[in-house]
Amino acid sequence: MLTVSLQHALPEFALDVQFEAPPGVTVLFGRSGTGKTTVIQAVAGLLRPERGRVALNGELLFDTGQRHWLPPHKRRMGYVFQEGRLFPHLTVRQNLLFGQWFAPRGAKLESLGRVVEMLGIGPLLQRRPGALSGGEKQRVAIGRALLSAPRMILADEPLSALDEARKAEILPYFERLRDETGIPVLYVSHSAAEVARLATTVVVLQDGKVQRQGTAAEVLGDSAVMPTGVRAAGALLEARVARHHDDGLTELNAGGVPLFLPQIAQAPGSPVRVRIAAHEVILSRLRPEGLSALNILPGCVEHIRTGGGPGAMVALQTPAGRVLARVTRRSAQALALEPGAECYAVVKTVSIAPEDIGGAGPGARDLQK
Amino acid sequence: MSGMAGWLSPEEWQAVALSLRVSLWATMAALPLAVWVAYLLARREFPGKQLLNSAVHLPLILPPVVTGYLLLMMFGTKGPVGGALQQIGIVFAFRWTGAALAAAIMAFPLMVRAIRLSFEAVDPKLEQAAATLGASKPWVFATVTLPMILPGLIAGTVLGFAKAMGEFGATITFVSSIPGQTQTLPSAIYTFLQVPGGEAAALRLTLVSIAVALTALLLSELLARRAAARLGGR
Repeated sequence: MLTVSLQHALPEFALDVQFEAPPGVTVLFGRSGTGKTTVIQAVAGLLRPERGRVALNGELLFDTGQRHWLPPHKRRMGYVFQEGRLFPHLTVRQNLLFGQWFAPRGAKLESLGRVVEMLGIGPLLQRRPGALSGGEKQRVAIGRALLSAPRMILADEPLSALDEARKAEILPYFERLRDETGIPVLYVSHSAAEVARLATTVVVLQDGKVQRQGTAAEVLGDSAVMPTGVRAAGALLEARVARHHDDGLTELNAGGVPLFLPQIAQAPGSPVRVRIAAHEVILSRLRPEGLSALNILPGCVEHIRTGGGPGAMVALQTPAGRVLARVTRRSAQALALEPGAECYAVVKTVSIAPEDIGGAGPGARDLQK
Repeated sequence: MSGMAGWLSPEEWQAVALSLRVSLWATMAALPLAVWVAYLLARREFPGKQLLNSAVHLPLILPPVVTGYLLLMMFGTKGPVGGALQQIGIVFAFRWTGAALAAAIMAFPLMVRAIRLSFEAVDPKLEQAAATLGASKPWVFATVTLPMILPGLIAGTVLGFAKAMGEFGATITFVSSIPGQTQTLPSAIYTFLQVPGGEAAALRLTLVSIAVALTALLLSELLARRAAARLGGR
């Protein structure tokens, strides 16, 4: 458990945050320039905040009140930077083993072979960073952090410098990191898809303050919390793979309701998380028939949130979990949507993007027990 | 070497050997200090930084004779520093050690400039990354910073060595030109040119001088290129 309390003046606003990161992946979620990087740098010891206190599993990393400051090299935080920051004068293998020279005696070391296998970087070992692609560099950076016997992994937007294809290539490795190593991760991101795939816990930052903290499903399903804008809103459903069909579809069981996705790799029975983008959901008061969309979730309106614009965010309670739907105010009125009203959420299979589907790993609830 | 010794007269050979010894000692002794000063100038902010910068560059802009005379006043047997050092048995005046001191001081600014530039080219973010991986400050320096400044370090060392080999004004003013003691290659060439019939000897030493300088230059190019290729990543 990481406990963080920080105050620091930034040019635009004052950072003032308190939060706790339980085991699993905690995503610091917010748009650019809300102080996320400042927080993670202070945790790593790369930035000295004006006031604050950070402790990991009861051990104090710093406390400005007690004038206690542990230098970064004694904190043992495996940091994965946005731009990789591999050492250009060392081979990939030497980069990977760099941290092991400095790991304290008796520390539990990951084995090079296991990490290399997990990240699929075996063929790169003899190369130098200058000869690697962006995605390869980032995988090596993850491996280097893992092999330094870290007590925690800090990842500062590790995918933001990569294109979509490379992001899709790296995300599964963070899922494996979460599910296979048990090392807690603090992950900075401004992408709702990354939150949906990775987060056990989400801490939403806005203008230097913690706006909301909770499990990924709670936070993404909350229509009041949209740190990266209404366009990125979308609730998270937790489901299990039911079966794979011959026509390229995968059927999930989401709380008893079938959900069809473009085919995914996970085996039948494995847990998956699916983010349903709010603007891709159509609402209908009657059970629709003769419709091409395959996914029809029966539900009941929880609440409707409207702002100054033409849109309304409708939160539905369905057997699969909470679903957010973004419709126009005009439609909400025409359908007489109001809390308690029964209606159906319609989601096209092909509107569910691959980057919004992830292996669920140990659920947030299991870890917090 | 024996062939070269035969080609040169013993007196000429003495000057060449002395110059090599003086320059090697001067560069090796100045190098750690030059790295430290270059680091301070490149990375640290402190009161008096401009003063330090000026002091380092002074030998580059002062007439060498002036530098030599200042050395004589400071480190001569009657000078404040030289007198004190004499008590513990260290003498610079009219010794080869004095020639090395003069050469080191003249080479120092050139070494600092080259090394400072390469310090400025090192991305501090890489050093931060090393710290998060558990490396303390001295280890970060040894395993990340030092390998990355290596091309500049080599260039600075060779430049300093070449400057030390060619240093004349400050040396002859500070320690004179005593054969076998303080008569370095340039002072020997100058002395040969002052006596009738010395042109042949002067020409031979000039050739040696050119050969040493070119060898040093080629060697540094080779080493720096190899170091840069490693940093380039392939």
